[in-house]
Amino acid sequence: MSTAAPSVAGPGARAGRISPLRKRLDRVGDRMLFGVCALAALIAGATIVLVGFQIVHGASPALSKFGFGFVYETTWQPNFGEFGAGALLFGTAVTSAFALLLGAPIAIAIGLFLTLLAPRGVRGVVGPLVELLAAIPSVILGFWGLLVLAPFVQAHVEPFLHSTLGFLPIFGAPETTGLSVFTASLILTIMVIPIIASISRDLFQSVPPELQDGASALGATRWEVVRGIVLPTTSSGVVAACILGLGRALGEAIAVSQVIGAGSTIQASLFKSGDTLASRIALQFPGALTELHKASLYYCALILLVISVVANVAASWIGRRFSYSGAVNG
Amino acid sequence: MNPPDQAVPSRVRIQTGATALPTGATGTTAAPAFQPELVFDARGVSISYGAKQALAAVNLGIRRGEITALIGPSGCGKTTFLRSLNRMNDSVPGFRIEGSVLYHGHELYGGNVDQVEVRRRIGMVFQKPNPFPKSIYDNVAWAPRNLGLRRGLDERVETALRGAALWDEVKDRLKDSALGLSGGQQQRLCIARAIAIEPDVLLLDEPASALDPIATGAIEDLMHSLKGRFTIVIVTHNMQQAARVADRTAFFSLETGGEKPVGTLIEVGDTTQIFSDPRDPRTRDYVTGRFG
Amino acid sequence: MSAPTIPDPSAPLTPSGNLRRRQLVSRAAELVATAAAIAAIAVLAIVIWTVASRGIKTIDLDFVFTGYPTGVGPMLLGTIVISLVATLIAMPIGVLIALFLTEYAGARGVRSMKMVLDLLNGLPSIVLGVFVFALLVDHKQQSAFAGAVALAIIELPLIARGSQEVLLLVPKGLREASDALGVARWRSVVTVILPTALGGIVTATVLAVARAAGETAPLILASSVFDPKSFSVNPFEALPNVPVWIYKLSEEGNPEGFNEAWGMSLLLVSFILFASLGARALLARSKRKLSQ
Repeated sequence: MSTAAPSVAGPGARAGRISPLRKRLDRVGDRMLFGVCALAALIAGATIVLVGFQIVHGASPALSKFGFGFVYETTWQPNFGEFGAGALLFGTAVTSAFALLLGAPIAIAIGLFLTLLAPRGVRGVVGPLVELLAAIPSVILGFWGLLVLAPFVQAHVEPFLHSTLGFLPIFGAPETTGLSVFTASLILTIMVIPIIASISRDLFQSVPPELQDGASALGATRWEVVRGIVLPTTSSGVVAACILGLGRALGEAIAVSQVIGAGSTIQASLFKSGDTLASRIALQFPGALTELHKASLYYCALILLVISVVANVAASWIGRRFSYSGAVNG
Repeated sequence: MNPPDQAVPSRVRIQTGATALPTGATGTTAAPAFQPELVFDARGVSISYGAKQALAAVNLGIRRGEITALIGPSGCGKTTFLRSLNRMNDSVPGFRIEGSVLYHGHELYGGNVDQVEVRRRIGMVFQKPNPFPKSIYDNVAWAPRNLGLRRGLDERVETALRGAALWDEVKDRLKDSALGLSGGQQQRLCIARAIAIEPDVLLLDEPASALDPIATGAIEDLMHSLKGRFTIVIVTHNMQQAARVADRTAFFSLETGGEKPVGTLIEVGDTTQIFSDPRDPRTRDYVTGRFG
Repeated sequence: MSAPTIPDPSAPLTPSGNLRRRQLVSRAAELVATAAAIAAIAVLAIVIWTVASRGIKTIDLDFVFTGYPTGVGPMLLGTIVISLVATLIAMPIGVLIALFLTEYAGARGVRSMKMVLDLLNGLPSIVLGVFVFALLVDHKQQSAFAGAVALAIIELPLIARGSQEVLLLVPKGLREASDALGVARWRSVVTVILPTALGGIVTATVLAVARAAGETAPLILASSVFDPKSFSVNPFEALPNVPVWIYKLSEEGNPEGFNEAWGMSLLLVSFILFASLGARALLARSKRKLSQ
C-alpha cells in the first residue's frame, strides 16, 4: 500500500541518528522552501495590485479631465483632445451580449451532447476537438474572419437577414465590406463557445447518477431528465461559466479589431461598423501621440480591468454560493 | 383521476381474455401455457456484463398483487435480475440478456418496446434514497406533470403521500426542500414519488438497508398496505424482513458451476415453505444461517 | 382520448398517453444537441482547412529560414526567444505556487490563492499589454522582455493550476514514508515529490506555452517595431515575432502579405495543435500512472 521510499536519507542518517549539522541544514532548508513558496504566492497577488496601480496611474490625466462622463460621452476625436468611450462601451456591450446569447445555448447543448448523448468513443474525439477551438489564437481567427467569414457574411448572411427581418432596426442595410459589429459578434461567439461548453460538460458529468436513475425510473424521457434534474442542479454553475465566457468576450481585442471595421458612432444596425473598448486600445495605442490620447486609452483599459475583475468575482461567487449540495429549493 | 380501487376490476376483466403474444420466442418447442395471474414470466434469463456472466438461466414467475422477495448473499444477481425487470440495466455498458422476460405476456425486450413506457408501468425505489433537490411537493408532482396528469395534482400528491405513510409528517411543509427530511422519510418520499403515477408494479431494491430499524419497520408496514394495489418485487438481504413481508420468496446464490461463480436461482416458493421446509439443501443452509 | 389516463398494464409496451409526443420532443432535443456539436466541429474544420490549404502553398525552407522579404525566420526565432523568456519567468513561480498550495496553504489560503490565479487568468491580454507598456516600455523602449513578462503573467495561472493537480496526485504513501524516516520536508519535496510530478509539470508548462504563443495584444504594445530582416536573440530590444507580424500583414491589405500570413498561421496553428494534443495525452497518461 505505501510504496517503499527511495533512500533519500543519505549516509549517516539511520533512523534516530541524524547529525546536528544536518538537522540545522534541514531546518534552514525547510524554512527556505516555505519562504520561496510564500514569496511566489505573494508575487502573484502583488502582480494584480501592480496591474491595477499602473493602469490607474496611466489613466489619471484622462480621469481628472473627463471624470465619470468619459463612460457615456461618445465623441472620440484625438485631434481635438476630446475623448469619450460611450460608443466603445456600446460596441463592447452589443458584441459580447450577442456572443453570449448565441453562444451560451449552443455551448450548453454541446455540453449535454458530450455527457449524455455521445457514446464513449465519440465523446473522446468531440471533446478535445471542441477544446481545440479554444486553442486557435485570436489573431488567426480574426485573420480568417477578415478574409473568409466577413466576405461570406456580407454576400449571403447579411442580405438574407436584411430581406427577411429588415423591419428590425438591428438588421439594417449591409455595408460593402463584411467588417461589422455582426461579424465581430460571430467571431466572439466562436471564442466563447468552447469555454462555456467545457465547464458545462464538467458540471453535467458531476450530477449524481442516482438522481438521473431516479428520474428515469419514473418514466421520464431523456429530455425530461435533463430539463428537470440535470439543468436545475447545475444552473448556478452554468451561469458562472457564462459569466466567464462573457469576460473573455469583453476583453478580446485583436480578433475584434480585425473584423469590426473601426467605426466610431453608436448605430442601431448590427451590419454597420463599430468598435469596442479592447479593440480601440489595440488599434490606437501603438500610434497614440498625445498624452491625453494615451491616458484615454488607459482609461479604456481601466474600464476593461474593472469589468473583468467584477465578472470573475461574480462567477466565483455564484458558482460557490449555489453549489449542488442541496441548497436549491423548489 | 382513476382511484386505484377502480383499476383492479378492469385489469381482471381484460386478463381473462388474454391477448398473449406467442411465447415461443425463446425457441422452446413446448412452451408452458400462459398463466393469467403472472405479471412477470422470466424464462431462461441469463445476464452478462461484457465477458462476466452475472446470472445464469433464471426461470421465475412473479404473481399479480403479491409481494415477491428475492433473497440471497451479496453479489448473487438479485439486484441485477430486479433491474432487468424495468430495463434499468440497459444503460450499463456491456449489458447482455438472453432468454425471455414476459410482462403480461409481452416480451419486455422485444422489438418495438419503448423503455420509457416500461418504466412508467414498472416503478422502482432504490437502495439509497435519492430525492430530487426540489420541494417535497415537486418531488411527488414531477413525474405526473411530465405525464400530463395535471388535473387534480394536489389530490394526487396527497394520495401518494398518504399511501406512503408520509402525509401527516409533511402536510404542513410541502414546499420545504426534500433534502431536509430524515433518511426514512426520504425513502418514503421516494415510494410516494413512485406510486404517484399509479404504476402496475413496484420494484424495491433493498429499500430499508440504508435505514435505521424504526424506519425499516415503517417501510415494512407500508408494503403490506401497498400490496393489493401493486405487484411488488423486493430485493433484500435481510431474511427476517422477507419472512415478515413477502408472500413468495426466491432464493438466489452463487454457484461455481463452470469456472467463475455465477448467480443462480436456487429455489422459489411460498414464503412459509421456503423458511420452514425448504426443498434444496442450499436454501436450508442459507435460511438457517449456516452461511452468509 | 383527450385526458391522459393510467395505461392498461396488459396492453403492449408501446407509448401510451402523451408519451409519443414527449418522445418526439426528446428526440428533437437530442438532434439539437448533436447539431450544436457538429456545428462547432464544422467551424473548427473550416478554419483549420482554410489555414492549412492556403498556408501550405507558401511554406518552404526559404520561408522558414530566411528573413524579409523571402521568409519569416526572424519572426519564428523571435517568438521562440520570447516564449523561452516568458517560461523561464513563469515556470519557477508557477511551480512554487503549486507547492505552496499543496504543502503549506490552509483551506483559506487555498481559496484566496485560487481567487488570485482566477483573476490573473481572467485579465484581458490587452490590459496586460498596457500594463507592461506602462511598466517597462513607456519612457524607455520596446523590448521582447516586456512582452515576455506579459506572456509570463498569462502562463502563470495555467502552470500553477496544472502543477497543483499533478502534485495532488503524488501518492500520499510517498510523503508519509519520507516523514516516517525523519526526512526533512524540503528534501522530500526536492528529491521525491517534484521528480514524481515532473512529467505533469512539464506538460502543464507546454500547454501554457501553447496558449501564450498565440497572444498578440501584449506584443503589439511591447515588441511591434522591429526589423523584419534581422535574426536577433537579444531580449532587450523589440524582436520580430509571429503574432504581431500576422496582425500587421492582415491589416495591410496586400495579397502577397496575406499569403505570408497564411503560411505563418499554419506554422503557429500546427505548433499549438501538436503541443496541445501531445501535452494533453501525456498529462492524461502521467495522471493515470500516478493514481495507480
